[in-house]
Amino acid sequence: MNHVADRFEKHSPVPEGSSANVPTTDELRITTPPKVCGMGHRMKRKEDPRFIRGRGNYVDDVKLPGMLHMDIVRSPYAHAKILKIDASEALKIPGVLAVITGEDLKKAGNLHWMPTLMSDTQMVLPIDKVVYQAQEVCAIIATDRYIAADAIEKVVVDYEPLPVVVDPFEALKDNVIVRDDKELKTNHIWHWEAGDKEATDQVFKDAATVIEEKMHIPRIHVSSIETCGMVANYDTAMQHMQIYMTSQAPHAHRTVFALVSGLPEHKIQIISPDIGGGFGGKVPVYPGYVICAVASLVTGKPVKWVEDRSENLQADSFARDYHITCRLAADKDGKITGMQVKTLADHGAADAAANPSKFPAGLFSIATGSYDMKAAHIEVDAAYTNKPPGGVAYRCSFRVTEAVHMIERMTDVLAHQLGEDPAAFRMKNFIKPEQFPYKSPTGWDYDSGNYHAALQKAMDVIGYHDLRKEQAEKRARGELMGIGISSFTEVVGAGPSRDYDILGIKMFDSAEIRIHPTGKAIARFGTKSQGQGHETTYAQILAEELGLPAQDIQVEEGDTDTAPYGLGTYASRSTPTAGAAAAMAARKIRAKAKKIAAYLLEVNEDDLEWKVDRFEVKGAPDQHKTIQDIAFAAYTNHPPGMEAGLEATDYYDPPNLTFPFGSYICVVDIDKGTGEVKVRRFVAVDDCGNIINPMVVEGQIHGGLTMGLAPALFEEIVYDENGQNLSGTFSDYLLPTAMETPKWETDRTITPSPHHPIGAKGVGESPTVGAPPAIANAVVDALWHLGVRHIDIPITPQKVWKLLRAKGVND
Amino acid sequence: MSTHKISVDVNGTPQSGEVDSRMLLVHFLREELRMTGTHIGCDTTSCGACTVILNGRAVKSCTVFAVQADGAKVETVEGLEQGGTLHPLQEGFWEKHGLQCGYCTPGMLMCAKYLLSKNPDPSEAEIRAGISGNLCRCTGYNNIVEAIRYAAEKMATPQEVAR
Ligand code: FES
Ligand code: FES
Repeated sequence: MNHVADRFEKHSPVPEGSSANVPTTDELRITTPPKVCGMGHRMKRKEDPRFIRGRGNYVDDVKLPGMLHMDIVRSPYAHAKILKIDASEALKIPGVLAVITGEDLKKAGNLHWMPTLMSDTQMVLPIDKVVYQAQEVCAIIATDRYIAADAIEKVVVDYEPLPVVVDPFEALKDNVIVRDDKELKTNHIWHWEAGDKEATDQVFKDAATVIEEKMHIPRIHVSSIETCGMVANYDTAMQHMQIYMTSQAPHAHRTVFALVSGLPEHKIQIISPDIGGGFGGKVPVYPGYVICAVASLVTGKPVKWVEDRSENLQADSFARDYHITCRLAADKDGKITGMQVKTLADHGAADAAANPSKFPAGLFSIATGSYDMKAAHIEVDAAYTNKPPGGVAYRCSFRVTEAVHMIERMTDVLAHQLGEDPAAFRMKNFIKPEQFPYKSPTGWDYDSGNYHAALQKAMDVIGYHDLRKEQAEKRARGELMGIGISSFTEVVGAGPSRDYDILGIKMFDSAEIRIHPTGKAIARFGTKSQGQGHETTYAQILAEELGLPAQDIQVEEGDTDTAPYGLGTYASRSTPTAGAAAAMAARKIRAKAKKIAAYLLEVNEDDLEWKVDRFEVKGAPDQHKTIQDIAFAAYTNHPPGMEAGLEATDYYDPPNLTFPFGSYICVVDIDKGTGEVKVRRFVAVDDCGNIINPMVVEGQIHGGLTMGLAPALFEEIVYDENGQNLSGTFSDYLLPTAMETPKWETDRTITPSPHHPIGAKGVGESPTVGAPPAIANAVVDALWHLGVRHIDIPITPQKVWKLLRAKGVND
Repeated sequence: MSTHKISVDVNGTPQSGEVDSRMLLVHFLREELRMTGTHIGCDTTSCGACTVILNGRAVKSCTVFAVQADGAKVETVEGLEQGGTLHPLQEGFWEKHGLQCGYCTPGMLMCAKYLLSKNPDPSEAEIRAGISGNLCRCTGYNNIVEAIRYAAEKMATPQEVAR
């Protein structure tokens, strides 16, 4: 490596009382009656009435008077010099108003480059060369989207193709330099490591068994059903920029826009309306957004840009692409003792990940997972290639999926090699419940966990031992059946301000509650739901804390003019951060409410106790004031010397991350003739701490499991040697339909987070993280006796068929 | 390019317009009639977000020209609710948590409506096959299947048949 280590792993300190050995239960905690509908109730979602009527309001639904449309000319080459852009024919088309090129953006104030969220840089529009296929080359502004589409066909661009580097290992040889704008002429972006190298080397020296596997976690794409888009509406009179944007992080985006454009931040309003799925793909700022905003600035008219599916699949939100070599060491008793990892991360043409800035490889160092081992050492190097910017999430909190896939695959390989049952092997190696709070060899402070309970439950539900018997019988008959386990540990809820920031902005999140005189409330948050159901679940948290019926609480997010500042929704952080802020703000309100109640009841505050929705005089429950009584009094009869009103805001800075976990078991049958893998059963036991709404949690798990199934068996973004994306449509990039998706079976254990105000941990991404290795392990389990140790995902019928042929199973 | 005068019955209301021959039905509904319940997810006939019912058959309206709907009956999500009463499918999706972001939902509802019109009592496997042209990235389909079963059962009860 010709570029030195510049960023190292750091972790949050363990705050007082942030971790503890907490008991695990199966029982939902419900303390409020259905009328109030606090935590634990299966409340029907409050957002649904508009969606089931087709009355959602998504970005493409926004139509403003005089609105223009933008379309983008994209590069057919993965690496080429731009000699000339000739838009004269396009501009002759009636209705075409303008073309915007890199030169135009440069003149407008060097807007042709922008920062990525990882403090790298990325071209908005190129001046001299393009560095990936489908890169934005110039944009057309027209009165109609059809006319704009016609016009981009008429733009003539002269390219001089350059040699292309697609493979990151090739890229490190620096024969082709992707980013010659950089001072250092190298494709090596950074080197990062975690853990203790010396201690790990020693453990490997002393090991009785060492295994090594290479694996590729391929490039995939979130493909939310709504693509990305924007309506930018610049008011020249008021010098005010209003932006409707498919944004998971509207506040952070407003700040980025202010920094990039120089517009004052109070003159920028970002509205993230209903969002048709995000999964991390709507966290980055894409060039199209910037061009669209500039187009509105320049024309003084509203401009809409909505990408089509091929643009979406070819140019934005790529995840993963980790080339991993992992070694695992064990002692003579089959106890895992250490882990060594070397990884090459293919970031494409820019490091456009959205990790916390001190974590270039995200939270990948969680890789020791659920297992207690002495030492671990993990290295990641990142490389530029001629592919679109990568490293964005795919429903995964910052590289945890890669980490979990690696450790869960390795654990299975080791168990099989030692001739041990993979379930028993895991039970033997798990961190024990009494070891929590647990300090991992790479420095994490696991707040709580009970891995044995979750795996045992999954085994009971699926009937593990009977399945093993069935498998033995089938194998004797030559049938291929496999059982795969994944016992993952997640790490979410970024994060404590000491270590977690994006572009310097600390990763707190916020809630602001106003209770109206009649006892109804509005609550606003710095996060932004894209389907997670915040309008319901946040209302339930507030109902739990304040006794106001959840129905009476209006939840709003996504308008930066009204919502408090927050970092947004991704990485399963909403419940751990803004959910906590909701509880903390509610508790501030309750403290004031108590004073008001004491005043109204003419008693001492100490004589009062809180009961669901009221303060009662201790021992005299008929003397009470309900939260509604108190709200009315806060505006009509508040104590002298006290401010009127009943409002509170909280900016919650979590003391630690949360560590959801679970155990999944998958049963597959493999068709020997076609190589097709059929998931027969899949049992998911998740532990996300206390549950706000079990219906919503199950829904999140179903969706997450499906986004785990997808990369395990179907999805991969593939490039040819020229850097051409071969997966640019839904006919080539295969999202699972209802046919391929099994009927998910979910269950739970509950081990509350000891440091989170409501004991919750976050859940949206656990299943995406945990499911792929369960499926891959099941497939390998079915084939191990044939000498198969590992298959890279996606495990397509073609791959399996070839393997079976090679092993002489089907001819 | 020529333009055409078309008349379409949309959810029982006659609508007319002057459209380019290349205008897609989905754009006619969304841009001309401003009925934005029908969504676009792929514009290439793959995702089903744009599903509407055209003369009794579920179609992907991103792959039908508006002129092809001239004189036809089109049903969209906006027409499901009748006189302030939700359609059993809408009720089912709400009741069974059959939606998350809601983007695929209008297409799913229309596809399911068509499915139930052909097969009022579908099995789980038949439902899964019936909606396999519609992608949902959020729900994992379990609850969509349950929502459609809910509607099938509700529509089979006598008072619902009478409706
Ligand atoms: S938008 Fe018509 S099928 Fe996807
Ligand atoms: S609910 Fe989001 S795509 Fe189906």
